[in-house]
Amino acid sequence: MAIELRTKESINAAGAFAVVILLLFSFAFDPGADATREIGGGLLWLVFAFAGALIFNRGFARELPNDCLDTLLSSAVSGASLLLGKSFANLLMLLAVEFLSLFVFGIFYDVRWWLRPLELAALCVLATWGISVIGAVFGALTVNLRLRELMLPVIIYPLLIPLLIAAIEITNALFSNRPLGSYELLWGRVLLVFDIVFTALAMALAETILVN
Amino acid sequence: MPQAIELDRLWKFYGDYPALRDLSLNIAQGACCALLGRNGAGKTTLLRILAGLSPFQRGTVRVCGESPRSEKARRLNGFLGHGIGVYEDLSGLENLTFFARVAGIERPASASAHWLERVGLARAASMPVRQFSRGMRQRLALARAFLHAPSVLLLDEPFTALDDRAIAMLTELLTEARRRGATLVLSTHQLREALAIASHVALIENGRLCYAGERTGDMLEDPALLYRLYTKLGAA
Repeated sequence: MAIELRTKESINAAGAFAVVILLLFSFAFDPGADATREIGGGLLWLVFAFAGALIFNRGFARELPNDCLDTLLSSAVSGASLLLGKSFANLLMLLAVEFLSLFVFGIFYDVRWWLRPLELAALCVLATWGISVIGAVFGALTVNLRLRELMLPVIIYPLLIPLLIAAIEITNALFSNRPLGSYELLWGRVLLVFDIVFTALAMALAETILVN
Repeated sequence: MPQAIELDRLWKFYGDYPALRDLSLNIAQGACCALLGRNGAGKTTLLRILAGLSPFQRGTVRVCGESPRSEKARRLNGFLGHGIGVYEDLSGLENLTFFARVAGIERPASASAHWLERVGLARAASMPVRQFSRGMRQRLALARAFLHAPSVLLLDEPFTALDDRAIAMLTELLTEARRRGATLVLSTHQLREALAIASHVALIENGRLCYAGERTGDMLEDPALLYRLYTKLGAA
């Protein structure tokens, strides 16, 4: 994180990418139309997932020069802690990108996303954690591949489908200022289970992922 | 004498190629073992296995009685590989402070400043590593490996890129580490420097251990003697 805060290479790239995509789509749709509000959640979460791939690609790749990853792996830090740390770093960076994107989204799509701030914040943290853990795990697995920039998105997006559907459904309800009913709460549970299962799997398999 | 490192019938394959073949070796606590061999003999592979960075297929490996991947073994290890293991965008002090925190050292900043002083990099403490010369990088890497006073030091080519003064400094650090009871395993091609410090020698050829024993006076006088006596290729 210290290096990222100094160079800002991942966050700048992901932030710029998210803003550009949102701007381009704003030209394609009629801002203010009901349809735009309905697809808003989908658009936002796809942008977050794509921007996330830019962040995840750099996560472990940053440890490659000078064999820093080897130094960390041979230190007292466990593989699980390392993976958890990377997931937290991913979470913080992606949340920052999401915050920026929401402002741009509010301006160009005339969507009042701030009406339910606490629920939206909880949703963002819950869904982004799932994306971040998957990003950290597969970022570690693909770090030594020559085509990792291509391979990482190809692998993680299919895995993220349930999480993205859940996040999109809840976001659409929040943007329409509808109360969260049993349908949205069901998707909320899907998000929670997704986070728990993938975090547990990542921790359990951390040594295998990082060392083998 | 308790053993710091125990290798029993170790086999390591890269695909079908056996990089280490049936290698058995014990290194006593407090010993300094010079790991010798030609390029590709298997020295780096062996050190990576001992550091818990490389899985092996057959045999047993124990570092201080534990598996090399165990937390205890990792906590007791200090590893310096081919890469210097420090971040280019951080300064020397920031790098050492980070690794001191990782190692759980109580006052990481002061420990880091002390080690920068020891390796002669105090004046470059705030300079980003990317501006360091090759020798300075190697000295920083040594400081990083010695930082948490490890009980087992695994050093892969530690003399690389060091000038005469830095070699003297490293020799002093290694001697000091031995005095406090640390076990040293260093792979090197600089026979003269390594044999001067070593108490034991292990010679590997094509993944096989050709010789393991105490370093003798004859070896000091004629560093290439081992290669002539125990390897098929003989001295180059």
